[in-house]
Amino acid sequence: MIIAEKKPIEEIIDEVKDFSRILILGCNECVTVCEAGGKKEVEILASALRMYFINKNDEKVIDERTLERQCDHEYLEELRSSIDDYDAIVSLACGVGVQFAAEKYLTTPLIPGVNTVCLGANEDRGLWTERCQACGSCVLARTGGICPVSRCAKRVLNGPCGGSTNGKCEISKDVDCAWQLILDRLKALDKMDDYEKIAPIKDWSTDRAGGPRTVTREDVKI
Amino acid sequence: MSNLNTASNLEKVLKAGHIGVTSECGPPRGSDADEVKEKGALIRDYVDAINVTDNQTAMTRMSSLAACVHLKLMGIEPVLQMVTRDRNRVALQSDILGAASFDIPNMLCLSGDHQSFGDCAQGQNVHDLDSMQLVQTVRYMRDEGKFLGGDDIKRPPKIFVGAAANPFADPFEIRVPRLAKKIACGAEFIQTQCIYNLDKFKEWIRIAADRGLTEKTFVMAGMTPMKSVGMAKYMKNRVPGMDVPEEIIARLAGVDKSKQAQEGIDICVEHIQELKEIKGVSGFHIMAIEWEEKVPEIVERAGLYPRPEV
Repeated sequence: MIIAEKKPIEEIIDEVKDFSRILILGCNECVTVCEAGGKKEVEILASALRMYFINKNDEKVIDERTLERQCDHEYLEELRSSIDDYDAIVSLACGVGVQFAAEKYLTTPLIPGVNTVCLGANEDRGLWTERCQACGSCVLARTGGICPVSRCAKRVLNGPCGGSTNGKCEISKDVDCAWQLILDRLKALDKMDDYEKIAPIKDWSTDRAGGPRTVTREDVKI
Repeated sequence: MSNLNTASNLEKVLKAGHIGVTSECGPPRGSDADEVKEKGALIRDYVDAINVTDNQTAMTRMSSLAACVHLKLMGIEPVLQMVTRDRNRVALQSDILGAASFDIPNMLCLSGDHQSFGDCAQGQNVHDLDSMQLVQTVRYMRDEGKFLGGDDIKRPPKIFVGAAANPFADPFEIRVPRLAKKIACGAEFIQTQCIYNLDKFKEWIRIAADRGLTEKTFVMAGMTPMKSVGMAKYMKNRVPGMDVPEEIIARLAGVDKSKQAQEGIDICVEHIQELKEIKGVSGFHIMAIEWEEKVPEIVERAGLYPRPEV
């Protein structure tokens, strides 16, 4: 899923301080699961903002709403009848949701309430970690199911580099060396012979290098 | 390994069966070419070629290629170090041609320390290619006379291609297979990480020799003299992939502070003398970091002077 984290409230206050009627808009998908932008976080942010502005004698209308998805026209349409009630929307969706809402409601300022971090997983309570960088050309079949593109700090395709120490990356003792994980997995699969296969130069044109990416499926078009 | 592929003196020395000697010169954090030239002048007669580091530890410095040109114009043979951290395949190929235009005949292909160690920790890294793929790229440009994109190169680069090896990084079991991969990619010489743990290095090169790998490439053992016990502790604890045994630290700590630098040189010379006898060791890469003036003493005392005329 898409992992996001809450922006510092000071940053949000600075962005909304000049507006009177504000909608805090949550999303029921990824950001709910990673506890950054669901209904609960909408309530918390809205309450904090109300308290802040009441203390400043600045009465604002701060409403709350959470859509099923913000990356979907159908659900974003639910806002249309009330969009003119607000001077600005603080969206707690990922960057995709914020932009989709902005594209739909051209004259309403959209302010992101979270930082979108990565494609990752909930590894433990309160811990979300990156697993994929959406490079558009998956190499996992050749790397024991562990991704060197997203999990190696140098995205080395023929690793590990010389900085791997005790299974950890040179950038931090808290970061696993992706290539140590790959080797552990190749060993478990009894495929260590695969280690000496040289990964060819990667075609990054399917990554961000190729410009904004699209997927077109004629078979599902209406 | 008898046919010469380039005009490299280093290649000639190694292929003639001599023990090769290289050293390194870190470009300055400024634009004063004299700093490069002075370092080069100090060591030129004691080595076969001089590596020029490429923004080592991710600290921004004068470009490796420019510093190599300064040395080349003095008649000193450089080894152009290139990391994949800062340049994509367009820039790498372009710089390879730039180097070849000055007849810089050697290159060492590296991935480079992560930028978080340096002065631009907030910068992007590139890593379009990895170090092995960079080796492949130079070999392809040289041997096939083509760009990665497939077009012909007019006057292909004649460059002797090297790679690094760290026998001490983890996990140890793939350190020799990793060397094999670099050789398969086309690495004609190897310069290793600084060696302080001789036993582990000997184990590594024995396994490599048993696989026949030391017949396919020239392994140059990396040597860095310790200036002090503080440096030894720093290397042990803070530098990624470095293996400094306690006995080295104890030996340096056992002499007066004013004599630790000389003790560090002595250890370095002893290590070279010991490793000279080891099968598969083809040369030494002496990295006297900001201590280039000590290279002549190390080379002479290790019995590696004068350098052969080939």
